[in-house]
Amino acid sequence: MLKGKHVLEPMDLSSEDLEEIFELADNIMDSPEKYNEICKGKLMASLFYEPSTRTRLSFESAMYRLGGQVIGFSEPGSTSVTKGESIADTIRTVSNYADIAVMRHPKEGAPRVASMHSDIPVINAGDGGHQHPTQTLTDLLTIRKTKGEIKNLTIGCCGDLKFGRTVHSLIKALSNYENIRFVLISPEELRIPDYIKKEILIRKNIEFVEYESLEDNIDELDILYMTRVQKERFFNEEDYVRLKDSYILNKEKMRRAKEDMIILHPLPRVNEIDSEIDEDPRAYYFKQTKNGMYVRMALIAKLLGAI
Amino acid sequence: MSMSINTIKQGIVIDHIKAGQGIKIYNYLGLDEADFTVALIKNAQSGKQGKKDIIKIENVLDIDFTVLGLIDPDLTINIIEDEKIKKKIKLNIPERVVDIIKCKNPRCVTSIERNIPHIFRLLDKETGEYKCDYCDEVYTFEEVE
Repeated sequence: MLKGKHVLEPMDLSSEDLEEIFELADNIMDSPEKYNEICKGKLMASLFYEPSTRTRLSFESAMYRLGGQVIGFSEPGSTSVTKGESIADTIRTVSNYADIAVMRHPKEGAPRVASMHSDIPVINAGDGGHQHPTQTLTDLLTIRKTKGEIKNLTIGCCGDLKFGRTVHSLIKALSNYENIRFVLISPEELRIPDYIKKEILIRKNIEFVEYESLEDNIDELDILYMTRVQKERFFNEEDYVRLKDSYILNKEKMRRAKEDMIILHPLPRVNEIDSEIDEDPRAYYFKQTKNGMYVRMALIAKLLGAI
Repeated sequence: MSMSINTIKQGIVIDHIKAGQGIKIYNYLGLDEADFTVALIKNAQSGKQGKKDIIKIENVLDIDFTVLGLIDPDLTINIIEDEKIKKKIKLNIPERVVDIIKCKNPRCVTSIERNIPHIFRLLDKETGEYKCDYCDEVYTFEEVE
């Protein structure tokens, strides 16, 4: 039962919950007109404590397309937050007005604090470098749509695996599926955090390898999940210069990849995927964003008990 | 060379403290302020560990065993009544620690939100690593102090 649940991290959703959401997302995609009034009369509070064009617009368009309405703010400057109001007090107030809340916050764990004081479902729309569960739903839906089902896959995660919250969320979620193997490709300094290894990969006995080079290992992958490697994350210039091209995906590297490998990216992309790849049928990162809106529609509808 | 400390009539003996950790527990329990008899014994000979610290407290105290388990899960607590060990308490490393340690991650919501409990969960019993319930940052107790 998803009605009334908070979604703070992917592990808040069971595999049954996920399947329910993906099925609904598929149905909405097939016949959107059947669903365009199911949230009529419902209000979504969109609480964005830091700017985010993509995620905010995706959530807001999802709510409007379900027939619901949206209140909220897109940066905290004009709100009582600048007067020092706590997250707890803000959500207590908001839950008197709205039926569901979506929160993006620069501090890690802020949506969890909100959920502790909220009478309405809270969805984490990204908290610092921590979790971003609806991006994960988008990623999973895309994998499911392109591969038919989520199992027996080698997933390559490439780039900044230390600070990239989308990667952390994705690994957690995929760890619940059958026969998933991870190839983790990053510079030494930007390896996956220990807690992900200990708590998820090792504890659940999931096969994983860590490499520095994308080129040498791309041929193993069924999915390539790219993230951006920012210069400021490196400890020294020398390593950055040595490694930066290694994490840029271009035609040359794609030659070694499987014919049916798909490329995902949480976006925005800077230069880690060369634009020459955009026309490659294996590039799914733009189609992914459309899936994002549908999966958010399905999630909102389920949490509100509208269907 | 051995040294004798008088037995106590009524109170608590915290035994098998890792050598060097005794002062930490002594300070945590606020024993420097005590107006009753307290003995902190450092580097006592112990068959099991080589050297150990011991604290003897001549008073009935209400002690938070969770914190002691966090400092050193291997220590033992003897409750003394009429000069005899009435009860031996073996500590466990606590699974959940509330409002004892604070998260040092500057990006953690606990750095800005007032009046919320600081909650940590045990991640790895072997290494004594804890994870902040809000931001998932991993710590050992020594680091957080």
